[in-house]
Amino acid sequence: MRTSECDVVVVGVGGQGVILISEIIGRAAMMAGLSVRGVETHGMAQRGGSVINHIRVGCSFSAMISPGSADVLLAMEPVEALRYAHYLSPQGVALVNSRPVMPITVTTGMASYPSIEEILAPLRGICSQVKPMDATGLAEEAGSPQATNVVMLGALSEHLPIEEATILSALSETVPARFLEINKKAFELGKIEVE
Amino acid sequence: MREYLLGNVAIAKGILEAGAGVVSGYPGTPSSEIVDYLAPIAKEHGIHVEWSVNEKVAMEVAIGASWTGTRSAVTMKHVGLNVAADPFMTLAYLGVGGGMVVISADDPYCHSSQNEQDSRRYAQFARIPCLDPADPQEARDMILRAFSLSEKFGLPVMVRPTTRVSHARADVEVGLPTKRVDSPKFFKNPPRRVALPVHARPLHAELLEKQAGIEATLAEELWNRAEMRGEVGIIASGIAGLYAAEAIAELEADLSLLRIGTYPIPRRSVGDFLERLDMVLVVEEMDAVIEEFVEMVAKERNPDVKILGKRSGSIPGVGELDPLIVRNAIAGMIDLPRKMAPKMSPEALTILPPRPPTLCPGCSHRAAYYAMRKAFGKDAVFPNDIGCYTMGVGMGTVDTCLCMGASITVGSGIRFGGEERPICAVLGDSTFLHSGLTGLLNAAYNGARMTVAILDNSITAMTGHQPHPGTGRTACCELSPPLSLEDICRSLGAGSVDTADPYDLESMIGAFERARDHPGLSVVVAKQACVISAMRAGVRRPRLAVDSEKCGGCKICIKFGCPAIEFDGNVAKINALCSGCGVCAQICPEKAIEVVK
Ligand code: SF4
Ligand code: SF4
Repeated sequence: MRTSECDVVVVGVGGQGVILISEIIGRAAMMAGLSVRGVETHGMAQRGGSVINHIRVGCSFSAMISPGSADVLLAMEPVEALRYAHYLSPQGVALVNSRPVMPITVTTGMASYPSIEEILAPLRGICSQVKPMDATGLAEEAGSPQATNVVMLGALSEHLPIEEATILSALSETVPARFLEINKKAFELGKIEVE
Repeated sequence: MREYLLGNVAIAKGILEAGAGVVSGYPGTPSSEIVDYLAPIAKEHGIHVEWSVNEKVAMEVAIGASWTGTRSAVTMKHVGLNVAADPFMTLAYLGVGGGMVVISADDPYCHSSQNEQDSRRYAQFARIPCLDPADPQEARDMILRAFSLSEKFGLPVMVRPTTRVSHARADVEVGLPTKRVDSPKFFKNPPRRVALPVHARPLHAELLEKQAGIEATLAEELWNRAEMRGEVGIIASGIAGLYAAEAIAELEADLSLLRIGTYPIPRRSVGDFLERLDMVLVVEEMDAVIEEFVEMVAKERNPDVKILGKRSGSIPGVGELDPLIVRNAIAGMIDLPRKMAPKMSPEALTILPPRPPTLCPGCSHRAAYYAMRKAFGKDAVFPNDIGCYTMGVGMGTVDTCLCMGASITVGSGIRFGGEERPICAVLGDSTFLHSGLTGLLNAAYNGARMTVAILDNSITAMTGHQPHPGTGRTACCELSPPLSLEDICRSLGAGSVDTADPYDLESMIGAFERARDHPGLSVVVAKQACVISAMRAGVRRPRLAVDSEKCGGCKICIKFGCPAIEFDGNVAKINALCSGCGVCAQICPEKAIEVVK
């Protein structure tokens, strides 16, 4: 038996605004009358470390998603997609921002950063669909690289069991009014990108 | 009202609903957001909310408040309870006035902690009730119940969330804040407020007498519920109860489930449950608290029942559980196939560069460490402490980390133990005020020959930038009396006290050199605001860039370790993360790094 309508694992780097995505989805789910669970990374890892948030829409168990069962892996950064790929179910979809954020181990020369193909190939082997996109570029096009998270949310929207209009009103309630236009545009660009 | 709330915010709202008048705490992941949420709204609710200087202080403040009849709550992380253990243990004898709730948040897997200590043991040790929420809704509900239980038994009650409850979000039903109409007053009653031996003995007996009543009351709580569906069962606590319930639903298996949400564990319920089973799996995070109890009760009620859990190797003894671990333990017990997460090829994983947390671009700690190494050399001994600066472990200036405030004291011990090399103990401003003061006093008093470096960035950064007495304002943004770390250190007995700005490397190195050459106990205050709090306060510094013509590719700036400096082909390059601290420009031998005009 399925224990959740939609399980999304959101991964990225501390400081990339991963928590905002969870806030918007949570709000939208509540507007849609669905129960929702989430869990996020606070504390030490937020200092530039690798972060993972779980979001479960239409779920009334714990907030934690089992490895091997996520419907969507939403990755704000390519190597982070690979790091948490084991959360995906074989039927799952990986939405991956292709713009790298170099970890300190790479900038200091202790490790090297793989090519985007080296990252995507193994991902393709374990889930049904991998959609890379330059979300940061699209966010810049929308008016601010800070809106990368909302581009990714736009790309995710068709996978959520929530009407787009509801997600958009949750978005309007969550982001500051002066950034709303940029964010709406970012959402739209993300959505179109995966259509 | 239904709201999508962070577990810690649900707890904070529960505290408001219960009408608590005083809330104190010391920041510590995963507990910090409770006071973070309450402090800015304290005034409008007419309550006192504070960041105390440490957990012991916070506990005592909450106790004093409770003794006026006001409801109080105190928050901390599990290891903070060690600091507060002294008042906590004796409070169980003396008892409370107004309801008092101790929130001690545990961190299985040490996401942001130095150990995996189980606070349920502390509640058992003190013989007070403990409530163990599985999710944000239970956390809020348990806070309300904890206040009434506290008043019913005259004892403090512990609520013990874990990281995955405190930092979970869920749709939570909450009510409105209440305002209590009691008129607070401290009533003199030495037999119940003065822990002299003559008072403590009867109070100890009274505490023991209360236990049966506590157990009987808690047994009725709806958080301890059994569902009978066959002779194979599971007993699970807190969040593990949700993992088990989900696994049973997913496996569509006929399994009985007893969830435990309160301590002391209801003996009768456990016995009744065991009596009807052939086999039971005990699922809990951290210590085998329930498992040991189940083994004991089984001896009386059903010696034939087969018990699986941590001892049988079915449930891991370290780290945190997740739904898959629990599912597979359950499947294994009833001979269903285990589910495996998709395995990546090992080659795929070897290409993954690690991404450990690091000091921010422009963090003054990095510069202070650089200067420290220049002055002391890499052979000196560097006892360290707990804060953002512990992340400097890769720079060779973090040799020990034990607990809050231990850098100075461990350093003194290293000296007295016979170490002859220079010793430079390092701790932050918040940690120094938390529990470094006594260590410095002790070092001065007993003649420890060493240097103490206080990395003063005027904030408790690691846990989310909470203020402390050195910040100059309280949790509720009231101005606080000015405080001079230098004056404190001098009056505690430090022979030489020097201050420098780590962004000015030359003077910082100079300060460390003078401290190193001082024959007794010296203190260096490395003073520069945390870049994140500076950014929030509106400080903007121009970025720096590498002149690729001048850069010789020596990588000295790369080794410095600022995440804003990358190596691009054969020259260094500064990326958009640069906060403009200007330190890399001072270490570049070619003078190739300059401010972007
Ligand atoms: S939060 Fe502040 S103290 Fe912590 S690493 Fe960043 S700059 Fe340094
Ligand atoms: S000035 Fe240099 S050291 Fe400072 S933040 Fe920028 S790149 Fe990093």
